[in-house]
Amino acid sequence: MSDHDTEDHLEEIALEPLPLDAWHRARGARMVPFAGYEMPIQYEGIVAEHNWTRENAGLFDVSHMGQLVLSGPDLDAAVEAVLPIDLATLKLGQQRYSLLLDENGGVLDDLMVSRWPEALYLVVNGATKWDDMGTLREALPDDITMNYLDERALLALQGPKAADALARHATGEYPLSALTFMKFGQFKLAGHDVTIARAGYTGEDGFEISLPAEAAAEVADLLCAEPEVKPIGLGARDSLRLEAGLPLYGHDISPETSPIEAGLTFGINKRRRTEGGYPGAERINREIAEGTARKWVGLKLEGRLPAREGAEVFAGSEKIGTVTSGGFSPTLGAPIAMAYVSSDHAAIGTQIEVEVRGKRLAATVSPTPFVPHRYHRGS
Amino acid sequence: MPRYYTDEHEWIDVEDDVATVGITEYAQGQLGDIVFVELPEVGAMIEQGKDAAVVESVKAASDVYAPITGEVTETNAALEEDPSLVNSSPEDAGWFFRMTIAAPAELDKLMDEDAYKAFVEDL
Repeated sequence: MSDHDTEDHLEEIALEPLPLDAWHRARGARMVPFAGYEMPIQYEGIVAEHNWTRENAGLFDVSHMGQLVLSGPDLDAAVEAVLPIDLATLKLGQQRYSLLLDENGGVLDDLMVSRWPEALYLVVNGATKWDDMGTLREALPDDITMNYLDERALLALQGPKAADALARHATGEYPLSALTFMKFGQFKLAGHDVTIARAGYTGEDGFEISLPAEAAAEVADLLCAEPEVKPIGLGARDSLRLEAGLPLYGHDISPETSPIEAGLTFGINKRRRTEGGYPGAERINREIAEGTARKWVGLKLEGRLPAREGAEVFAGSEKIGTVTSGGFSPTLGAPIAMAYVSSDHAAIGTQIEVEVRGKRLAATVSPTPFVPHRYHRGS
Repeated sequence: MPRYYTDEHEWIDVEDDVATVGITEYAQGQLGDIVFVELPEVGAMIEQGKDAAVVESVKAASDVYAPITGEVTETNAALEEDPSLVNSSPEDAGWFFRMTIAAPAELDKLMDEDAYKAFVEDL
């Protein structure tokens, strides 16, 4: 028996422990190398953890992600020269999805940008954070300061009962319930100053909590003592985000894909589509106007055999695309996948085939998310 | 009935001239929730150490190797209906396939239960 999975097989480099390393091990986590760290892939099992998060609340350690703070004179103009974001419409307390693009419009990373007082707070992917810092430092003027918050941990509490569990502990100027999807605020948890954003990567209502690394174990214990909350590993994080139709950097999006192909046009804010002035704008604007030759689509497969990253997609004898993420959906009890396919086969309902180990599996282009998002947008 | 083990975590029971093959308790624990098992065709010749089956978990696909050389004579139809049998009963109801024993000397290269237990403890 041997794995031929599609996880990143990193070079043998010294893996850094995350702030909660011992905490994960004490709770029976199986640790694997991911993004240069030892990370928990699962505790009791991926399906059980997946279902728990959909029904209750799961606590995810995402401290491998990069937390950056940018500040300095003419900050908005400086950042708009690098990201296709409209910062004039990003108010204090708001968070927005954005994209770091190269000169050809390829995706270097996807990230979250939040407006802090006199600063912007960014959360970038763990595997790309060092490159991102290099790209940002080079692109931003010298008088813009970039702080890497390497002494902060990041915890995500996700699921329909996350708000109930967190509200018992979070105190601040206003109640946690004042936060709606993609808003954030300052709170106190167990006496520590934390920022909480109502966002996540599961499709469920939930929160991302940035806190001092030395407080992470105490806060994780506090939250996991709530009856709704269990720790959840990276394995379920991946199956949850796949059901939610959310892209995984390095797999679904990369320098070889444009955000327009990936259906991430909302990441190019409206004013920037006409004004341009960010890396890759020429290609992006052309693709918005003229469309793209291929599109990133959801696939539902017949039978039970999953198609994984790299599986080829066919219409008859013609190869029309490639799977970028795929697996078995615990919620649907069936295999699902995301793939780039040529745009003439991208319409919902199109019947195609996916090849797995020489076998052709019937599949249908399907709407995403596969499992509806349940974000808390307020009444 | 002697049971042998491979260092790739397959087990093989030998009864007269027929062998039954599956994966070990340790292997199913490592794989996690199994959602599909791709079994060889009855009649297929499989070769010691080469691909014989594929196990798909939620997370990944994993190869299962032939512990010995021989011809596949029967596959476990119950796994088509319920692949999770490999999780719940890996060394009994969750068997994969039966096969002939082309070269009995190949069995000598495999581990017995005590050796396999020691092998797993060292992992």
